[in-house]
Amino acid sequence: MDIFTQQLINGLVLGSIYALVALGYTMVYGILELINFAHGEVTMIGAMVALSVIGVLLGASPDLPGLMVVIAGLLVAIPACMALAFGIEKIAYRPLRKAPRLAPLITAIGVSIILQNVAMLVWGRQYVSFPAILPRGQHEILGAHITDLQIAIVVLSLLSMAGLWLLVEKTRLGRAMRATAQSKEVAELMGVNVDRVISYTFIIGAAIAAIAGVMVSAYYGLAHYYMGFMLGLKAFSAAVLGGIGNIAGAMLGGLLLGVIEALGAGYIGDLTGGFLGSHYQDVFAFLVLILVLVFRPSGLLGERVASRA
Amino acid sequence: MRERPRLALALLAVLLAALPFLIGTGLGNSWVRVLDFVLLYVLLALGLNIVVGYAGLLDLGYIAFYALGAYLYAWLASPHFGLHLPFWMVLPLGAALAGVFGVLLGAPTLRLRGDYLAIVTLGFGEIIRIFMNNLNAPFNLTNGPQGMNLIDPVSIGGVSLGKSLEVAGITLPSTYLYYYLFLAATLLVIVVAMRLQHSRVGRAWAALREDEIAAAAMGINTRNVKLLAFAMGATFGGLAGGLFAAFQGFISPESFTLWESILVLCMIVLGGMGNIPGVILGAVLLTVIPEALRYIGDLQRATLGQVVVDPADLRMLLFGVALVAMMLFRPAGLLPSRQRKREFSAQDGVAEQEQASLYDTKA
Amino acid sequence: MSAPALLQVSAVSKRFGGLAALEDVSLSVGRGEIYGLIGPNGAGKTTLFNCMTGLYDLSAGHIHLDGAPLHGRKPHHIVEAGFARTFQNIRLFANMTALENVMVGRHPRTRAGVLGAVLRTPGARAEEAAIHNRARELMEYVGLKNKGRTLAGHLSYGDQRRLEIARALATEPRLLALDEPVAGMNPTERRQMSDLFLRLRAGGLTLLLIEHDVKLVMDLCDRVAVLDYGRKIAEGEPALVQRDPAVIAAYLGGDEA
Repeated sequence: MDIFTQQLINGLVLGSIYALVALGYTMVYGILELINFAHGEVTMIGAMVALSVIGVLLGASPDLPGLMVVIAGLLVAIPACMALAFGIEKIAYRPLRKAPRLAPLITAIGVSIILQNVAMLVWGRQYVSFPAILPRGQHEILGAHITDLQIAIVVLSLLSMAGLWLLVEKTRLGRAMRATAQSKEVAELMGVNVDRVISYTFIIGAAIAAIAGVMVSAYYGLAHYYMGFMLGLKAFSAAVLGGIGNIAGAMLGGLLLGVIEALGAGYIGDLTGGFLGSHYQDVFAFLVLILVLVFRPSGLLGERVASRA
Repeated sequence: MRERPRLALALLAVLLAALPFLIGTGLGNSWVRVLDFVLLYVLLALGLNIVVGYAGLLDLGYIAFYALGAYLYAWLASPHFGLHLPFWMVLPLGAALAGVFGVLLGAPTLRLRGDYLAIVTLGFGEIIRIFMNNLNAPFNLTNGPQGMNLIDPVSIGGVSLGKSLEVAGITLPSTYLYYYLFLAATLLVIVVAMRLQHSRVGRAWAALREDEIAAAAMGINTRNVKLLAFAMGATFGGLAGGLFAAFQGFISPESFTLWESILVLCMIVLGGMGNIPGVILGAVLLTVIPEALRYIGDLQRATLGQVVVDPADLRMLLFGVALVAMMLFRPAGLLPSRQRKREFSAQDGVAEQEQASLYDTKA
Repeated sequence: MSAPALLQVSAVSKRFGGLAALEDVSLSVGRGEIYGLIGPNGAGKTTLFNCMTGLYDLSAGHIHLDGAPLHGRKPHHIVEAGFARTFQNIRLFANMTALENVMVGRHPRTRAGVLGAVLRTPGARAEEAAIHNRARELMEYVGLKNKGRTLAGHLSYGDQRRLEIARALATEPRLLALDEPVAGMNPTERRQMSDLFLRLRAGGLTLLLIEHDVKLVMDLCDRVAVLDYGRKIAEGEPALVQRDPAVIAAYLGGDEA
């Protein structure tokens, strides 16, 4: 088996999930210049809600087709996350829009802690496992394996991204979002309801996060109240890598980070002569983040932020 | 007029000296241990306050310096490497090591604006923790997730603080002895922090926090002044870490997670950023409240016959709620400093100035 | 001018992306002069200030203060070299007291570090007392004698302008650059300010002034330079410049005469 190709595939699959979560960070940052620390936790809540629905459905009738059950879970998780994000923005961020920069960031950390611990109280400290109900076909390309699930994740990610792209580029709401990102004041003068645009931004980001949450828990076969934290940090790193505030950048950054991580973890042992092992996988995201911020704070595709960073 | 503050100071000194006895008899000796931790957290919070409160640099990886101080103490005074250096050598070394790391970590990040800086420092903190967690192979530096134990207690003039001591017929348990050591360290750090605040350096930090461009236009070398804040904060963190290792006798990466960094940040935010009494109050509250929450477990057992909600699970939840509530309703903290009070109540004018950084205009 | 200039700006250009904010600007300010920099909004006056004080890197050109290069140097080096400034949109440390603001200005001329502050060495204490005294003197000099304990952000607009000048003076400049120092002031305040400028000049300071108030510029300045669209279109005695057709065209918005 070709390890390089295999890691590349794994990286792209993971990366497409990072990209979805990264979109939420980047959209909010583009408009509010706020690092929505709680976004990773919204993703986690999406996974948890979907798993609860899946559990209930399977409990009621175990013979339901797996794919349908998962889709049902997803269809509940998405509005749940949207409502959650709407509430978070309204209660915790909106009152602080004119406060010094540290205030909303600290609040975001607080919201993140709250969501984690509520999830822990509701779903417990243990890992919640994702039932093995999805088709498990496996294919071989270029000497590497790829599963149905991996294909589904990549396809669904691409579809979500394409949907978002159309929304932002082709609709009235998208135009209002772009105008608000350029300048809240001017957008307001042009008759854009900025508050509503900001709410929509959070809601759309949360919907995508819910999809990502379900995908990541299906991929790893489990969910945990703490899973949103690392996922969120990595997705944020991906957003920064691509150029925060830039939607295409978030997609590119997510995929790249996934690949960097998978290849890095696969080869770090060889690179360091066995000194560092694959459990340093999580270090890569942070290293990428730090290197990008220090050497190219505007990211790969970012321009606008360069003048602000 | 003159007699009154002096009298108050004398009363405070008596109270502080008697505190472990009062608490030990009143609430039990386990609370004296809590008291010791209160002092450790006060030390940490005062250190972080220099970085966040004085210089306005949001550091979310602060606990890494605490970890460095603790691990250095463990390396130099435990069976791990068979070294048993005295504490008066190890503590300053740990503080110095942390200070050097403060500069090393600070240097590449200083161009970043507030929230980016926060994330990068968070990343540094996590990297340090991941290394501590994994550096048990191929060469066993940190003993991995199991951590290091049998760390030497502090020993002063042949008297080990790790055992109880009999003085004039009174038995002083180890926790009491450490209380006095930590108290001395805390008082020292308070004096240092106060003197720094009202000095040329402290004014430069405040100027930097208020308006970086104007600070540069007043001839302040903003890079050096920021690094100095990082280094000073880290030094205090390293000192606290060494004391922690000696007191606990055991350390593991679990003590140095991001949530500890956030906890210390909460203390500052809750108490009042930039204001020493506020920071102390914040540290006291956030150390004591979780301990007091344990009684909620007993209460549940007594009333409901079982523990429905583990109080340990409530701890972080309450911190989260407290953080959000403080920012929404009392953003300057319980005991705000004069400056922060205005800053947080100010409208966009100040906020915009704070957001501007030297490199806004340069890019 | 026979004596070498104090400030020599040679062929300075500054571009932001494709936009040329300054194009080949040269000027020289003599010792003890009050030199005016005028021009329509967006002409590049503040950009030039930012270039001179190290906030912007130059795209081309050189700047020298008393023969020493300022271009490519950090803002704090430029202050140390003796070039202080104020800001068009007042940048005080709003949450520090007025006196503390001026004390910050002593930073480049004092040395006390962490050890001095922590140990309260005799040297550090003497220096701190000197900083305090000098700051009080300067407060009095600019007419803010009893405002020392007021938070800078609570001062009236005119007092904030004064305080910014006191803070800049605390750095012991040889050249003080003032960006619209009387903007928004009433006639009485303007008169007080121009008296202050004359006093400063009498004390040996050289002043560089961005100002829109034509009367003030005419009365006060020894020479003026006019910027328009990033270029210097005229320089000389105010009375002559005022009659320059290019200047009149620039101000009236007409095409280049």
